[in-house]
Amino acid sequence: MPSAKGKGTWLGLRPVLSRYLDMPNDSTQKTLFIALSLCLACSIVVSTAAVVLKPKQVANRVLDRKQNIISVAGLQEQGKSVDELFEQVEQRLVDVRTGEYVERVDPESYDQRRAARDAGQSMRIPDEKDIAQIRNQARYAKVYLVRRGGRLDKIVLPVHGYGLWSTLYGFVALEADANTIYGLSFYEHAETPGLGGEVDNPGWKALWKGKKLADDDGKLRIGLAKGKVNPVARDAQFQVDGLAGATLTARGVTNLVRYWMGENGFGPYLEKLKTAEG
Amino acid sequence: MSSEARKVLTDPLFNNNPIALQILGICSALAVTTNLATSLIMCLALTSVTALSNFSISMIRNHVPGSIRIIVQMTIIASLVIVADQVLKAYAYQTSKQLSVFVGLIITNCIVMGRAEAYAMKSPPGLSFLDGIGNGLGYSLILIIVGTVRELLGSGSLLGYQLLPLVTEGGWYYPVGLMLLPPSAFFVIGLFIWVLRTVKTEQIENAEYQIHQVHRTEVL
Repeated sequence: MPSAKGKGTWLGLRPVLSRYLDMPNDSTQKTLFIALSLCLACSIVVSTAAVVLKPKQVANRVLDRKQNIISVAGLQEQGKSVDELFEQVEQRLVDVRTGEYVERVDPESYDQRRAARDAGQSMRIPDEKDIAQIRNQARYAKVYLVRRGGRLDKIVLPVHGYGLWSTLYGFVALEADANTIYGLSFYEHAETPGLGGEVDNPGWKALWKGKKLADDDGKLRIGLAKGKVNPVARDAQFQVDGLAGATLTARGVTNLVRYWMGENGFGPYLEKLKTAEG
Repeated sequence: MSSEARKVLTDPLFNNNPIALQILGICSALAVTTNLATSLIMCLALTSVTALSNFSISMIRNHVPGSIRIIVQMTIIASLVIVADQVLKAYAYQTSKQLSVFVGLIITNCIVMGRAEAYAMKSPPGLSFLDGIGNGLGYSLILIIVGTVRELLGSGSLLGYQLLPLVTEGGWYYPVGLMLLPPSAFFVIGLFIWVLRTVKTEQIENAEYQIHQVHRTEVL
């Protein structure tokens, strides 16, 4: 053993290792040694798993996002794969402030979340306007258009904002009039399952269909009610049932939808759509 | 040795079931059993975490300083749970979204920690590994029973296949809505414990109190 080089002595680690392992278990030095080497070993295991599995996880996330866009726009069809269905969807980039399409950036490779973190591609939202609590917003935002028979049929807009524990990421699908909601769905959040997590409940999501964003004066009225919506109230067309036990998540959802449909979000773009299509 | 290995592996199924006798790990049994698919994935995750944590803790058991014993166990368990969560996100994305926080909460599952402290700290790695598998299977047994009952009665399906045609879709079966709510898992687990203790009477605990019939005249 002593004559073997490298391999036999574990690259010279063995004497060091056995010096520590021979110490009494409760000595301070051994305690520190065990704690440090355990942390090192565990962090290697965890980071290896994270790095090795990342490509698959990213692919899953992309697929899941497409699946969400398809279902929020009501494009599901039996026996067709997500990628096939997604071909009907046209991706465009919009300059949030002007509402104009951006042509010189490829929407396929554009990562809106990364752009929101990059000072050169994003803007700071003033605190008093930042109702969705997202702080920074990318200059360009992705929009997904679905055309049917040459005419614009649905507009799917990515939205996000803070709930109770987490940022909720999702999509809002609008009818061609740019004021009627067709669907809403969140693809990523970490709200409490059973309470705030009920934003994923299909029954609740279905309540959004047909709701109006703004009244005739253009004022945004959309939001969650406290408790059940009174169907005969004048506000009923702008309101969705609240979520029991999830006041703060519900407030977050109201705020994020209002923010993104408002003047700092997709407001200018939706105005342009209304005049162009209407 | 081999008889001990078999005992370690099969005892937790009926004789010493972690949920039915030790009453550990109940919380996740309520949360993830609305359908069979999520139950199965959860069983798989918990069994592998328990087995591997038992194995690794047993490997280093003679060198763990008593003062940081629990935190050493927690670190190993937490790392394994993160790995399990990452694997699920890569290979079973939809199920991992449904399981949401409950995979992460395996860290706090009393079965994992309980077996590490009660068994792996004083037994050799091979047996500890089997003990982890055994207890994982004991947990899985309950989860599969509860998941099957709840999905079948609550949605009329198993693993997503519609077995009992629902009234809403033109069939004859009225789904039991209660079965989709967490309390029903308590009822199913309770019924299972009842059946188990009827068969294995040695599991019946001695009563802690004896309620006597008290006559009014005696008190006064």
